[in-house]
Amino acid sequence: MTEIRPMTETINVNINGTAYSHDVEPRLLLIHYLREVVGLTGPHIGCETSLCGACTVELNGKAVKSCAVFAIQADGAKVLTIEGMAANGKLHKIQEAFWNEHGLQCGFCTPGMIMITKQILDRNPDPSEQEIRHGLDGNLCRCTGYQHIVNAVRAAAKAAGA
Amino acid sequence: MATTTITKTEKLVGKRIRRREDPRLITGTATYVDDIKMPGMLYAAILRSPHAAAKIRSIDVSKAKTLKGVHAVFTGEDTKNAGAVPCGASLPGLRVPHHNLLAIDRVYLVGHPVAVVVATDRYIARDGVELIEVDYETENAVADPEKALAPGAHAVHPQWSDNVAFTFHQEGGDTEKAFKEADVIVKQRIVSQRLIPNSMETRGVVADWHAADRNMNLYTSTQAPHLVRSLVAQILGLEENRFRVVAPEVGGGFGAKIQTYAEEILLAYISMKLQKPVKWIESRRENFLCTIHGRGHVDFYEIAAKRDGTITGIKLKIIQDLGAYFTILTPAIPTLSVLMMPGLYRTPNISADIVGAFTNCTPTDAYRGAGRPEATHGIERMVDMVAAELKMDPAEIRLKNFVRNEEFPFPTATGLVYDSGDYSAPLKKAMEMASYDKLRKEQVEARKQGKYMGIGLCAYGEICAFGPSPATPAGGWESATVKIEPSGQVTVLTGISPHGQGEETTFAQITGDELGVGIDDVLVLHGDTSLVPYGIGTFGSRSTAVGGTALYYALQELKAKIKKFGAMLLESEEVTLADGLCTDNKTGKSVGFKEIAAAAYRAMKLPPNTEPGLVSTHFWEPPNFTFPFGAHLVVTDVDGDTGAVSIRRYIAIDDCGNILNPLIVDGQVHGGVAQGIGQALWEQAVYDDDGQLVTGEFMDYTMPRAHMMPWIESGHTVTPTPVNPLGVKGVGEAGTIGASPAVVNSVVDALSPLGVRHLDMPLTPEKLWKLISAGRNA
Repeated sequence: MTEIRPMTETINVNINGTAYSHDVEPRLLLIHYLREVVGLTGPHIGCETSLCGACTVELNGKAVKSCAVFAIQADGAKVLTIEGMAANGKLHKIQEAFWNEHGLQCGFCTPGMIMITKQILDRNPDPSEQEIRHGLDGNLCRCTGYQHIVNAVRAAAKAAGA
Repeated sequence: MATTTITKTEKLVGKRIRRREDPRLITGTATYVDDIKMPGMLYAAILRSPHAAAKIRSIDVSKAKTLKGVHAVFTGEDTKNAGAVPCGASLPGLRVPHHNLLAIDRVYLVGHPVAVVVATDRYIARDGVELIEVDYETENAVADPEKALAPGAHAVHPQWSDNVAFTFHQEGGDTEKAFKEADVIVKQRIVSQRLIPNSMETRGVVADWHAADRNMNLYTSTQAPHLVRSLVAQILGLEENRFRVVAPEVGGGFGAKIQTYAEEILLAYISMKLQKPVKWIESRRENFLCTIHGRGHVDFYEIAAKRDGTITGIKLKIIQDLGAYFTILTPAIPTLSVLMMPGLYRTPNISADIVGAFTNCTPTDAYRGAGRPEATHGIERMVDMVAAELKMDPAEIRLKNFVRNEEFPFPTATGLVYDSGDYSAPLKKAMEMASYDKLRKEQVEARKQGKYMGIGLCAYGEICAFGPSPATPAGGWESATVKIEPSGQVTVLTGISPHGQGEETTFAQITGDELGVGIDDVLVLHGDTSLVPYGIGTFGSRSTAVGGTALYYALQELKAKIKKFGAMLLESEEVTLADGLCTDNKTGKSVGFKEIAAAAYRAMKLPPNTEPGLVSTHFWEPPNFTFPFGAHLVVTDVDGDTGAVSIRRYIAIDDCGNILNPLIVDGQVHGGVAQGIGQALWEQAVYDDDGQLVTGEFMDYTMPRAHMMPWIESGHTVTPTPVNPLGVKGVGEAGTIGASPAVVNSVVDALSPLGVRHLDMPLTPEKLWKLISAGRNA
């Protein structure tokens, strides 16, 4: 029997406030670690070339495409996914804004869009339309034409006091 | 901005109500097919042909089979009797290639599935795929439909050396006379290029066979769960009543998930063989190659016109690039182009021919608009060219030729009956919003400065809400079941299968208004063939017009029964049902909705000739299609140094009949326009002469991104349809249909000082820069 013996490494990751410890193959992508090992299926897979952004999560406060990060690179890090955005049953202002502005249709790009929106507003609490569009450029949406997403980002900025 | 609180007495239909679907989507807790996990589930990965045309000399799967973690490997030899991928379209003389699930002795396109590896996880499955050795003997391929039809071309299917799958002819009126008597005849070759639908979620299937019960559960990212069920059950010889298909959350479809694909049949087959649940998730690269492509037309138009601008005749020859195989609707799509070839114009004389050509490429099939964007693009480009020839303003020639308001219902030269319309209204509204005359004056000044400013119009009509069953391959009706639970909450089961269109909200709005209950008391369920009696699915902008009407009629039946119970409880002869109360017309006494529901199930007393319970089901057969229409107006500036197109203004005035939820309608228009602009400026599925898909990933296929999109100024006129009691026409595809002609007309207008009269999409900077440079140097 042909056997490919996988090496594994132990990683310790804090995801949405909870500590996880797992043995993973070095080639395991962070997106697969989150979805398959930890069981957080909010971040989605839309491509293999880090161009669609559906897998966007925060790694130590920085928005990353988790399909372009190995799980072992998240060892010792803090990860925030869409599942960690609402707190104590209350939606995050960004989530409310997407809901109010119809900033989603099929919902597949939405977790990534919400995470990148957080990054946009963390860096720039009162962005112009062009700054918003530029910030969203790494995230593809096929359903909305982006207009209601831009409105959602603006509404979230306003709700946060911008 | 959406309404978040609605008082009970307010009407729901017509309001900007935020969607009931969203809470699960914005929290990442929805279940798409790749989120499904079952005990013992295996993962399938597919080996696909890297060649467009080749004989398979041998396949060696031995190394893959012995890889630890691999449970099985299947090749075409194993599955050759399992069935074939179905095509539902039939045309006279249609040559249908047998579409095996896996290639047996030949491959016909890049991506053709050759073997399936099933393993304990997806990484090992892919490892297994890489261990399979295939000995191919490559042949010449043909990847262009005109080249495929040329004498001596490589035969895609050896038995049909001319690569012709079918020819089709349709006539109306007397085009010979019209062309003989024409003052001008304008001819043009127009290409509607191949496109990749690219929903953000690729396809995926989980098949779960339970031998003891002879039960198949198939979870698939589809737009038509019942059709998949009927077809796959029939193909595999399984009992349909023990075959459950579930469309879980579906991440977009745009027509590319209507089909029943090889993988759906294969996964069910494999689960039966291995007696385990099996999952296959399409990679994006696979999606580019193995999910259907859109469009693929080379069209030859001839327009006959009088000097006063009257369009008297249209001739159209379509060369349709079919690809190597058919999927469910492949050959039928260009016939929809023929149906809509006159657009909004009264022209009684048409003549159309289609040649369907095989190529060693991915099958084409329905993609947002499915034949109607091609037809609209064609006629709207031609009308602009006729206007230019006659030195008429493009708006003026359109207004002159529109079907007149008093002519509805209007029988077209292609055999349709347009339901209702006010074709000049959206165009006039768009022109007013744009300050059209001012723009033309500004254009004169811009041209003096050597700037390329364009104003483009498109007046589109389209056919949707499929449709009368005799005119569809699988039936065109829809079903709705409305159940009122003993507690008074309402459950709606609908045969449509939304994947972003928002019917969980709009159907709750309709239901709430009809029954007088709050929107949150209504739950709309769909996508599970074990729950919903039967349905045709969501595509062709039919969900509200057809599905919503079935719901409407089911609600009327239920209302009649509720009133019977109310009358019984109130001991009254005549009652009115409104705002959650059943009120005695004479005494004003009332009984609540919840009390009626409880009484209907407790059945202490029943009204005469009335069954207990409160459930109604209605199947509705539409008497006609519906015909939305509108006008898009686009102002562009083309950079003379780079060829880049900047959309300065985008105005969309769409008439989809009555509007149930303006927020959702706006979303559909925006998304549709984005795909139309995408086709006009950026997108193209490019094959090289070897049949390799050169634009094989997002790296090379330019998708509309946030900074590329203009701000869409969206407006509406409202011309209800008489076809259904809701007055709804449908809006899902309209934006796409209106957008590409408007954008191209605008850019051609911008470059007309250089002598440009036509340009084919996509209008890339390179294409325009070359033109401008040549024009400047001339």
